[in-house]
Amino acid sequence: MSRAETAGPAAGTTGSSPAAHPLWTLGLLRSELATVFRRWRTRALLGVLAAVPVLVGVAVRIETRDGSPAGGEGPPFIAQVSNNGLFLVFTALAATLPFFLPMAVGVVAGDAIAGEASAGTLRYLLVAPAGRTRLLLTKSAAVLAFCLAATFVVAVVALGAGAVLFPVGDLTTISGTRIGFGEGLWRALLIALVVAASLIGIAALGLFVSTLTDSGIAAMATTVGLLIGMQIVDQIPQLHAVHPYLVSHYWLSFADLMREPVLWDDLVKNLELQALYAAVFGSAAWARFTTRDVTV
Amino acid sequence: MDEAPAGTPRPGQSDDAVDGVIRTRALTKRYRGGQLAVDRLDLTVPKGSVFGFLGPNGSGKTTTIRMLMGLIEPTSGTAHVLGHPVPRAARTVLPHVGALIEGPALYGFLSGRDNLLRYDAADPTADPRTRTARVAAALDRVGLTAAAGKKAKAYSLGMKQRLGLAAALLRPRKLLVLDEPTNGLDPQGMREIRSLVRQLASDGTTVFVSSHLLDEIEQMCTHAAVMTHGRLVTQGPVAELAAGARGRLVVTTPDAGEAARVLKEQGVGDLVVTGDRVSGQVPKRDLAEVNAALVTAGVRVRGFGVQRASLEDAFVALTGEGFDVAG
Repeated sequence: MSRAETAGPAAGTTGSSPAAHPLWTLGLLRSELATVFRRWRTRALLGVLAAVPVLVGVAVRIETRDGSPAGGEGPPFIAQVSNNGLFLVFTALAATLPFFLPMAVGVVAGDAIAGEASAGTLRYLLVAPAGRTRLLLTKSAAVLAFCLAATFVVAVVALGAGAVLFPVGDLTTISGTRIGFGEGLWRALLIALVVAASLIGIAALGLFVSTLTDSGIAAMATTVGLLIGMQIVDQIPQLHAVHPYLVSHYWLSFADLMREPVLWDDLVKNLELQALYAAVFGSAAWARFTTRDVTV
Repeated sequence: MDEAPAGTPRPGQSDDAVDGVIRTRALTKRYRGGQLAVDRLDLTVPKGSVFGFLGPNGSGKTTTIRMLMGLIEPTSGTAHVLGHPVPRAARTVLPHVGALIEGPALYGFLSGRDNLLRYDAADPTADPRTRTARVAAALDRVGLTAAAGKKAKAYSLGMKQRLGLAAALLRPRKLLVLDEPTNGLDPQGMREIRSLVRQLASDGTTVFVSSHLLDEIEQMCTHAAVMTHGRLVTQGPVAELAAGARGRLVVTTPDAGEAARVLKEQGVGDLVVTGDRVSGQVPKRDLAEVNAALVTAGVRVRGFGVQRASLEDAFVALTGEGFDVAG
């Protein structure tokens, strides 16, 4: 504490004002990532996500034990899983993208600011001083990291389960052409990245909701509620005029990466829509968070 | 809220350009509901003082502290902390300020040590190379070294309060803002906090401490301000505030009636007789003469003296109400 003593008598002069080292400011991001991923709730969410491909894989394995192909209704690609374990990656992502993945992202994003507010830790971060813009950017980066982590948990567990339960090898694209296993893995990585990017919109929406309230639970519930609402609207043909603006509308376009050649139209539309959500709700979150009174 | 670039040093500009470590002028906060929480507050906290900020619950103390810390924007008026305007220059000022606001807030799933590491990482001007050492020193200073590895949710209220104080002491500070720092502590803990505050003050740190415990303020503080209903009632050195509420002359005698008559002749006003005790305002003339007059008149005097006014008397005199009445 020698620094405390020497600095004491100098109190009242900011001549020795401490300067922010550019690299030191990244300390908050490291701390944020550690805080998010050490939280029991985050691990539970990732655990649930990891269970989905295992369940799907085991179910397909049991159903196709007698050699019959997995048929009937189900997520895209499920019929091919028994022939090639790599398809379990696509099936698992297709099964989790409509609900489990965005719900998990909604929980983490909705809690990002509102959770700190309801715990009271927000005021201490701000007087540290974290800086409101810096804190919001850090939170956004951590939520995006969670989007990526959640998607890769599903993809990697699916790849592992697929390799254990089913044969792997060359695969047939939707267009009917054959591609090698290496090329298949490459496509799987690309699809995982596109799926992670598909979650950006809901992440931005969740962050914005999170700046509106001081209750973490309310922010999470609102975000997940909006997600469900948009998916219901997406199912009503009479409302087709708004469909292209729903965050979930182009989600399943990632399957187009399995065509030969790749059909880019909807993929690009999806990424554009996610960027639009990020821009609109990101700015709204910034405008709200940098001007609000922190009274909790 | 505009954020100045963090930590821009302003060589040549002294904090004393604006008088006082904290200075507010006509600082006003009206919440969106229309409730006036702070009403034209003119507060000046001298450098090096231990400044007691008094007032019943709901009198606007915490709203004032939140405005000083840049957490909420004033409706009108100005506030300067360490010579810089807040909330505009909050990021320049706050690294020099340690704060405990409305009790501690911790991450329950993190250990005490990890809580401090996180709060320190939030400060972009805090050197990460000295982080673990500073965290250990802060834990030691509040007596939490032994419990540093325990999850914060297992802490008692007193331990949480100590950890909150440790967060305020992570770096050498020029100003400490402590909102009800002894809340939840046992008498031993309260004594420790008081001695810690005195020790910090003797190092030259200005301490701004809010409390509803008057005797605590009287024991710790050199200066005090009193708020009620969002308004500042008074501020100044504690000794002067207590002196402002004048003490009362108290005479104990079996001849109470006669004593009251003599005292009235001697110019003692506001006489109250209760049993063998006669009290009144302290007269301007020499008290020795008053006593002599009593004895000359044959009043048998058992006790004669001036009861010193406490800060509490001063408060009641200023606000006309009991202290714990919620505003």
